[in-house]
Amino acid sequence: MRHFLTLFSHELRMLLIAPATYIASVLFLLLMGLIYVLVLNEAGSGETDQPPAALFFQVFWIPVFFMVPLLTMRSIAEERRLGTLETLMTTPATAFQVVMSKFLGAYVFYLILWGLTILFPFVAASGLASDADKTSVLEFAPMYGGYLFVALSGALYIALGIFASSLTRSQLVAGMLCFSLLFIIVISGQLLFRLPIQDFAWMHWLDAPLEYIRSFQHLEDFSRGVIDTRPFFLYLSNAALLLGITTLVVESKA
Amino acid sequence: MDTEQPAIAVVNLTKSYGPRKAIDSISFEVARGQVVGFLGPNGAGKSTTMRILTGIMPATSGIARVCGFPVASQPAEVKKRIGYMPESNPLPEDMRVVEYLRYRARLKEVPARQLRDRVEEAMEVCELHRKPRRRLIGVLSKGYRQRVGIADAILSQPEVIIMDEPTIGLDPHQILSIRNLIDSLRGKMTVILSSHILPEIELCCDKVIIINQGRVVADGTSQSLREQFLPTSRYRVRTSLTEAEMKALLPEVSPDLTLDASKEADQSSVFEHLMGAPARLDLTEGFIDALRRKQARIHEVARLQPTLEDIFMSATMRSWDQTLSPFGKPDKAAAMANESAEAATEERV
Repeated sequence: MRHFLTLFSHELRMLLIAPATYIASVLFLLLMGLIYVLVLNEAGSGETDQPPAALFFQVFWIPVFFMVPLLTMRSIAEERRLGTLETLMTTPATAFQVVMSKFLGAYVFYLILWGLTILFPFVAASGLASDADKTSVLEFAPMYGGYLFVALSGALYIALGIFASSLTRSQLVAGMLCFSLLFIIVISGQLLFRLPIQDFAWMHWLDAPLEYIRSFQHLEDFSRGVIDTRPFFLYLSNAALLLGITTLVVESKA
Repeated sequence: MDTEQPAIAVVNLTKSYGPRKAIDSISFEVARGQVVGFLGPNGAGKSTTMRILTGIMPATSGIARVCGFPVASQPAEVKKRIGYMPESNPLPEDMRVVEYLRYRARLKEVPARQLRDRVEEAMEVCELHRKPRRRLIGVLSKGYRQRVGIADAILSQPEVIIMDEPTIGLDPHQILSIRNLIDSLRGKMTVILSSHILPEIELCCDKVIIINQGRVVADGTSQSLREQFLPTSRYRVRTSLTEAEMKALLPEVSPDLTLDASKEADQSSVFEHLMGAPARLDLTEGFIDALRRKQARIHEVARLQPTLEDIFMSATMRSWDQTLSPFGKPDKAAAMANESAEAATEERV
């Protein structure tokens, strides 16, 4: 535990002093701000009955696709390329502690970035005149659900990125690998549903598992306040599995 | 803890990468407090052995123990007792020297109370305590980076320090200070270091282990290796005697002497003779007496001490001979051995 705290505080410190952190945060906030403006426009046009917060979280995958690879591709790949992973492994710190510190470092940063977007509705509400608009913008239920979903799915996505980073010494390969894997797990559930599997009786057994892994379905449930234990199990168990495999990878080829 | 245990004991250690054996059942022991030099041509398996000892790479077979703890089954105990500096000396670019060393000290379980003092001490020993202290590691020169690596290795005052080519890229002053540092560790910590600079090793190591092609080809003090690998010692005599006169003189000095070469030196009427005799004999006085009796003028009588370099060449060449001879005729094998020895010389340069 002592080593974990040392490693974790080191990770956070390195995040804080790296210029890349601030550039990434600014870009993220710019993009999310833009998305929020578009969402407000759409909500204002009256074509949808969903509150802006629910609409906002429907595009959670855009920042996931570019932030998660950027945040995680450096972590283990860079240490391996420099050789500092080797010196790290000759200290009494274990591979699991190293992997967990990398994971939590990136995860905390991911949560902080998303956390900053909480300000958007308040900024928008302060500029609105009518009380009805204000309550619509500041509707908390979909926000709770949405942020909970982001935190939960983020654990899996960051774990995936750390895993991709542990496989190679090239940041670029790690980034691309992470992006592809994210694409598969975020989009595939949705895309496979578009296939005409309903037409084939022998493929009907696929319905339940596909339904289970559909991230967008989970998001919708969470936004509506349906907080089920099944997505918790799905995301957390897979994150744990990936981190376990990452530990084995780091141990076997330091 | 049992202090009678050797600091490092390696028994039949083998590491193979597919069909190729990087090290092939090597065995050696290092007593506590000894400074041991690890020599070998490039690709001989030095770094592999060191990496196995630190526990970052598993061996294929064999046993490696550090302070009595087997590396394979008790890596945590071993890691508490070693300080390792890899060949490439990897360091994070964007940390300051003192920050990095404090971070490493915490990881190496230096007690919190002693942390500051230990870091200061290590920086002082490696002369990092003045200017470089607050500088980013990324902007340090190669020599200072090496010192940061060495400071890191000695930081937790481990029982065993393993350094893979610590003096690479250092200027002669720095090499001297590293040598003094290693001298100051003698008796307190066990140090294993590999180096290509053979005079360095000879000056600061109690014991030398030479490995070639994954096998230990020599293991002992440089004096014992000298006797083992270079049974003849050479003498250089510069005198007024000609080659024929010198030949006549030799049986008087010792019947075992042979005259290898003679040439006229730059000055007129001075000849330089090179002779060989068994290493156990010391014939310098015999030469002087014999030359005096002949009333010859003596310009120089020198017994040429073989350097570690000669031992290294002889030991590695012998092992090449042994590995190559089954495949070809003896003379061909010798020629190949010579070629490889030349290649090795070039590599070292």
